[in-house]
Amino acid sequence: MSATLLAGAIAFAQVLLALAMACAAFRLLRGPRAQDRVLALDTLYVAAMLLMLTFGMREANALYFEAALVIGMLGFVATAALAKFLLRGEVIE
Amino acid sequence: MSDDTLLIALLALPFAGAAGALFFPANARNAEAWLAGAIALAALLVAAQFYPDVARAEVLRSEFRWLPELGLGFTLRMDGFAWLFAVLVTGIGFLVVLYARYYMSPQDPVPRFFSFFLAFMGAMLGVVLAGNLIQLVFFWELTSLFSFLLIGYWHHNAAARDGARMALVVTSAGGLCLFAGALLVGRIAGSYDLDRVLAAGDLIRAHELYLPALVLVLLGALTKSAQFPFHFWLPHAMAAPTPVSAYLHSAAMVKLGVFLMARLWPVLAGTDAWIWIVGVAGLCSFVLGAYAAIFQHDLKGLLAYSTISHLGLITLLLGLNSPLAAVAAIFHTMNHATFKASLFMAAGVIDHETGTRDIRRLSGLARFMPITATLAMVAAAAMAGVPLLNGFLSKEMFFAQALAVEGPSQSMDRALPYLVTVAAAFSVAYSLRFIREVFFGPAPVDLPRAPHEPPRWMRFPIEALVLACVVVGLFPAATVGPLLDLAARAALGPATPEYSLALWHGFNLPLAMSVLALAGGVGVYRLLKTQLARGVERTPFLPPIDARAVFDRVLAAVSRRWPRALEAAVGTNRLQPQLRWLAVLAVVAALGPLYRHGLAFGEGASPDVDPALAIAWVVGAACAIGAAWQAKFHRLVALVLAGGAGLVTCVTFVWFSAPDLALTQLLVEIVTTVLILLGLRWLPQRIPFAWTWAGARAAAPRRLRDLAIAVAAGGGLATLAYAVMTRPLPETVSRYFVTQAYPAGGGTNVVNVILVDFRGFDTLGEITVLGAVGLVVYALLRRFRPARESLDAPPQQRKQSAATAADDVLVPGVIMRLMFPVIGVLALYLLLRGHNLPGGGFVAGLTMAVALILQYMAGGTRWAEARLDIQPVRLIGAGLLIAAATGAGAWVVARPFLAALAVDVELPLVGKLQLPSVFVFDVGVFALVVGATALVLVALAHQSVRSHRAPQQP
Repeated sequence: MSATLLAGAIAFAQVLLALAMACAAFRLLRGPRAQDRVLALDTLYVAAMLLMLTFGMREANALYFEAALVIGMLGFVATAALAKFLLRGEVIE
Repeated sequence: MSDDTLLIALLALPFAGAAGALFFPANARNAEAWLAGAIALAALLVAAQFYPDVARAEVLRSEFRWLPELGLGFTLRMDGFAWLFAVLVTGIGFLVVLYARYYMSPQDPVPRFFSFFLAFMGAMLGVVLAGNLIQLVFFWELTSLFSFLLIGYWHHNAAARDGARMALVVTSAGGLCLFAGALLVGRIAGSYDLDRVLAAGDLIRAHELYLPALVLVLLGALTKSAQFPFHFWLPHAMAAPTPVSAYLHSAAMVKLGVFLMARLWPVLAGTDAWIWIVGVAGLCSFVLGAYAAIFQHDLKGLLAYSTISHLGLITLLLGLNSPLAAVAAIFHTMNHATFKASLFMAAGVIDHETGTRDIRRLSGLARFMPITATLAMVAAAAMAGVPLLNGFLSKEMFFAQALAVEGPSQSMDRALPYLVTVAAAFSVAYSLRFIREVFFGPAPVDLPRAPHEPPRWMRFPIEALVLACVVVGLFPAATVGPLLDLAARAALGPATPEYSLALWHGFNLPLAMSVLALAGGVGVYRLLKTQLARGVERTPFLPPIDARAVFDRVLAAVSRRWPRALEAAVGTNRLQPQLRWLAVLAVVAALGPLYRHGLAFGEGASPDVDPALAIAWVVGAACAIGAAWQAKFHRLVALVLAGGAGLVTCVTFVWFSAPDLALTQLLVEIVTTVLILLGLRWLPQRIPFAWTWAGARAAAPRRLRDLAIAVAAGGGLATLAYAVMTRPLPETVSRYFVTQAYPAGGGTNVVNVILVDFRGFDTLGEITVLGAVGLVVYALLRRFRPARESLDAPPQQRKQSAATAADDVLVPGVIMRLMFPVIGVLALYLLLRGHNLPGGGFVAGLTMAVALILQYMAGGTRWAEARLDIQPVRLIGAGLLIAAATGAGAWVVARPFLAALAVDVELPLVGKLQLPSVFVFDVGVFALVVGATALVLVALAHQSVRSHRAPQQP
């Protein structure tokens, strides 16, 4: 019973997270400002990270948690670089 | 010592000497000469001691396996013919070394001379002793290379450079033809081994590829031996130091063509094609060379044309398709080497002691250098074919063969005796001119130096060679008879005829021809005396074709004009057309096999689709299309969108259980984003553009065409991918990798085991390329100067003060700095566990590079480099060394390169640990990836630091 519930919840969560990615992608495409797009990319990263967590639960494999960890740890680098570029015009001064 | 060792020693001695000679100081003339002389003498003795073996008609072979699967090995082979050449090469080489000791000026950098000289001798021996065709071609090209270096020895002299280049281009182009010919011959014979090729003569002559093979081989031989119409390089090569000419153009280099033709005589000769090509080329060279030699005013020029002529004689003999003529050819090869080497040396003595080689300025030298004059006269008489000297004997045999020839054309057969008598008369005429005008007549006036006899030991080589001329001329059967016999038997095999080496054959037609030639030569010289005295620099009756100008024009066309025209026609400096061609070509290339074999799809994909993944894919596809759409209008947006597409790809990899790929994809995504952002800073602003109907309509055809190409390429690739993925997986090597990863590779992470163990050699190659790419990017960026409009600080920075700028990155900056150790530990973790779980050197290296970039981003280049001393170039070098050394380490325990080993080490605290060698290899990969990535990123980052230093207005 609980297993079925968990599977359903995970599937539901995955669809919602994918929809969140779609929303972020909408901002990514529409903008209008560059800052919106950078934020959207960051959101996309977070949503993808969460998607991996749900996937790890479904497969009962710790490896996917690790993948999520790596995204969480390194995903912000691209965002930071983009933000720096917008703020200062160059990434490394 | 065994024969094997001695054969190797014979070949290795000169090369070892060449390497050793380089280490002497530039003015060590005596030491160099001692070394080179000792090497040449030792090689001569080693060669000589093989006499008893080859005299028993034995063929000595010494084989070393190299690629037995391809029938390739390193084989040294010595028979009588090779022995004769080896003795000639080493013996005359020794004499020339002795001569060069006195000839070279103390100002010349002699180490280079003797080093090249010995290396050339080694290459000659390599050709002579080659036991298979490929090896022969290799050493053949090596002689071209070293002769180039020797001819161009005085490289401050433009004539030497041009002559050397011409010799290299002609002979190495011939060498390439020879290579192709050797491949054909080897293919027909079924083996490159010389013995098997020599045994396959009938098969080769009957084969349909015989003619192409013959033409290619002969192109090699005729260019090397300076035969018509490739003779023009030899006179220009006279810009070489005289010892070089004496060696290369008498006994060594130019004799290789003759050597090859004689070597392959049993295989290739005997057909009409052979007689036409070889015979006609030889005849033309013989007649025209002798004629042109008369009109040369440069002593060495005269000798050069005479060399062409005499080699023509030998070639003609080989081309007559008669075994007896081939024996005469071998005999004349020996004789020519002795008298021509001594004549070159005599010319060098005259040049050395008087300061000029111009026959018009020289005169009456016999009274100043009587001994040299006598020696030169004897040698020149041998060249002219005067009785009692060795040249007479071989010329006599030649005349007899010219009379007996039975070629494919009756009229040619009948004309040949007359033609050769005329040419022989010419050679008498130029020999006479040489003697008469240089040594007799009034005393010379106005010479650069006062002429006198050369030093005792400078004359010794000439004396030795002239003595050989006389002794062979007087007692041929007793002295040279056995040598010629064993050489001829080895070269011709069972076809060796009976012949007689006597001095006197009675009154016969050849003798009459000799007498006629001698008398005719004197007559020709008398007739031309006044013409020659006028000193005109031209050969009468020959079309005034300057072979050198033709050569230069051809070379300019091939190396400059045609490539330029080709570049103008199909090349492009713009990226768009290049990419367009690339895409179109890819589509066409894919359509080819599809058209022939059709396209079939498999069973079809599984119908159940995960809704979450489907949505993610829609997102990814939208991002990808958006990136392509925005690439032209807004680079930053395109970059962000590409990041979104990359992320979805990463999610997909995770979804389909490929965590390794996902990890790599994510890291590459991040590093690429930063890299492109760094580059974006230096790209110029987009040119402002207003959208109009007219502009859109004008661009419509181009856009539609590009859209069609894009759809064809992208859709085609998708179709192909679908076709592949809907089929059942074929039984490929991947199954083996999956099952063997743990038992054979000792790791549970198949991807990593493949990378560092199963395909370790590929990985080694890949990281080498990666390191090279990093260095190239660095080198290119060192000279990078940004466009003027992007030279100023970006507009964002101009509005900010230093204080607000610091505020902007204060909080993220702290986080970035704090993350450095954390990410570093992650990198280490990924590296350590790589063999069993997702990770490995490549991923870990990228992670580490990301950590480094963060520090640069947080504090700026100066701040980061004041605290972190990373040496990307050293990391690259260390990585490569570690990886290669790990591979080589397997040799220590007699395993093949890169074989995986495991060592158990006892560590304090940790305990017993199994340390596989592949882990060390992975560490090398890690270091190299960190180095290469950091190098590229730091080189880009440094542009900002540099641009502030650069003057604002160039």
